[in-house]
Amino acid sequence: MTKLLKDMVSIGLFVWTVAFIPVLTQSGVTLNFVMMALFACLMAQAWNVLGGFGGQFSFGHALFFGTGAYFQAIAQISWGWNPWVALPAAMLAAALVGAWVGALSFRYGLKGSYFALVTLAFAEVFRIVSLSVPFTGAGVGLMLPLNESWTNMQFGSRAGFVWLILGLVTLALCVTAYLRNSRFGAYLQAVRDNEDAARAIGVNPFYVKTWATVLSGALMGSAGAFYVQVFQYIDPGIGFGSHTSVEALVGAIVGGMGTLWGPVLGALALHVLADLTRNLFGQMPGINMVIYGAVLVVIVMFLPRGIAGLYPHLPKSWRRYD
Amino acid sequence: MFDASILLSALLNGLTTGAVYALIALGLTLIYGVLHIINFAHGASLMMALYGVYALKERWGIDPYVALPIMVPAMFLLGYGMQRLIINRASHGKDENILLVTLGLSIVMENLALLFFKSDTRTIDTPYTLSTVAIGPEMAQVMVSVPKLVAFAGALVVSALLIVLLQRTDLGRAIRAVAKEKQGARLMGIDVEHVYAMCFGLGLACLGAAACFLLPAYYVNPQVGNGFVLVAFTVVVLGGMGSFAGALLGGLLIGVVESFGGLFLGESLGQVGIFVIFIAVLLLRPQGLFGAKT
Repeated sequence: MTKLLKDMVSIGLFVWTVAFIPVLTQSGVTLNFVMMALFACLMAQAWNVLGGFGGQFSFGHALFFGTGAYFQAIAQISWGWNPWVALPAAMLAAALVGAWVGALSFRYGLKGSYFALVTLAFAEVFRIVSLSVPFTGAGVGLMLPLNESWTNMQFGSRAGFVWLILGLVTLALCVTAYLRNSRFGAYLQAVRDNEDAARAIGVNPFYVKTWATVLSGALMGSAGAFYVQVFQYIDPGIGFGSHTSVEALVGAIVGGMGTLWGPVLGALALHVLADLTRNLFGQMPGINMVIYGAVLVVIVMFLPRGIAGLYPHLPKSWRRYD
Repeated sequence: MFDASILLSALLNGLTTGAVYALIALGLTLIYGVLHIINFAHGASLMMALYGVYALKERWGIDPYVALPIMVPAMFLLGYGMQRLIINRASHGKDENILLVTLGLSIVMENLALLFFKSDTRTIDTPYTLSTVAIGPEMAQVMVSVPKLVAFAGALVVSALLIVLLQRTDLGRAIRAVAKEKQGARLMGIDVEHVYAMCFGLGLACLGAAACFLLPAYYVNPQVGNGFVLVAFTVVVLGGMGSFAGALLGGLLIGVVESFGGLFLGESLGQVGIFVIFIAVLLLRPQGLFGAKT
């Protein structure tokens, strides 16, 4: 089997399995857990496109998240769009912001921590502006009117949302599989590993990195739009606050950057950890996050290449999927 | 459109706020300039220091300014230990891991504070908290709060001390050597890990001083550090990485920009000015306004 076919088969198996969960159980708690875990996977995978495959560490992915979320909300509230039309448009809007920020940053040759800081600053500018201008509802935020129906992307049960986010995660996984198996993906990884060498053999780093930002931004924007559909509310802190950026990058790095399944595993592991500590120590505010932070440090200490870095250490007979 | 005394008052207010930004940024620029890492735990460390000052005052009645000789060494030890025992071991020399580790540490610190002090915003009461002095010519006198003036003077003294340390002592020479060329410094017999930990310790010691100057006119809660982090990074970038004089001037400049931005654009939008400057400097002059081109 070719590598692409293997990737697609494993994605197919994953989607097939998860898609059956809402059929097997009606439990709101379980479905909510699955939905939020997939939501974390989507953000981690979106960050992975630029950070893992492109080597460009963004600290400001909330920028794309908030853009997608606000677009989704404003398109419905102010312009009366159908949410199914608004979702791809919101992804396009986030992609455009990605193109703008990416082109601006890479045009001026920002790398490493400078790129990280500039994305952080852009997210902060968007947060403050959305806090001040009237069409984003300023500090009050925007509330989506409740109108439950499939055509309105407001499903009666969690099952619909699980399938919707599963669809978006599948898209993100397919983008990742594309990066692993295509010419563009090879260019991108070449630029990540050695930009000068890549340039010397005729790759245009500016073009490649900007496109990676566009793809990454579009995926993160879809996460934002999904958030608005589920919670029907968005404000500047949720949309452009740094915790979203942090969640995306932590999931991808803990899982293993530049891999297909690493960000999914990382996001899932952190989500389980957060849930577990919240349930165990919920009555003492703070202690669950203390454990979460400490485990994060320990994971980095002992698994420097992420959870996916364990893969080569598995017994050989288990390693069918290489 | 504005009275001269309002403008002068905004200027002085900006300068004194900027001095505190500069103090926080001094520690960051040392860590960033030498270790080349983004210390995500800087804001949380400041918050810890503020709680330290708060606890000293509330528990034992120690005045914040008297607490200086306690807080500065305490924060130094915390920083030295953190770098040596946790960050250095966990990072495996990779930038993304350092970032995650400092992030994890900041989550731990923030939530420890939440656990012990709850999320209430706390202030301390000192006899001079609300006292002011008049500054300026007879026609346009402006009232400036005393704690802010003290913080201004404190920032100048601390940055002067740091510059002397860096230029005149063996440790300073070692720090500069490691910042320039880590491997070369190691070959010359410099203990690089020790220098790294010293930088981290000194960086946090600056925060200890900043907390003592800050608290009489400010407040503390578990999230208080977050507001300072990005501003401190802005100051560091503006002044040029690793430059103390740059951090001082950058801090004052940012304080004034914020103050005038708030005056002309309103409180919330005024902050945009800071980040617009930040982005413009990053894009157009990443070596900082006062940094040399490398």
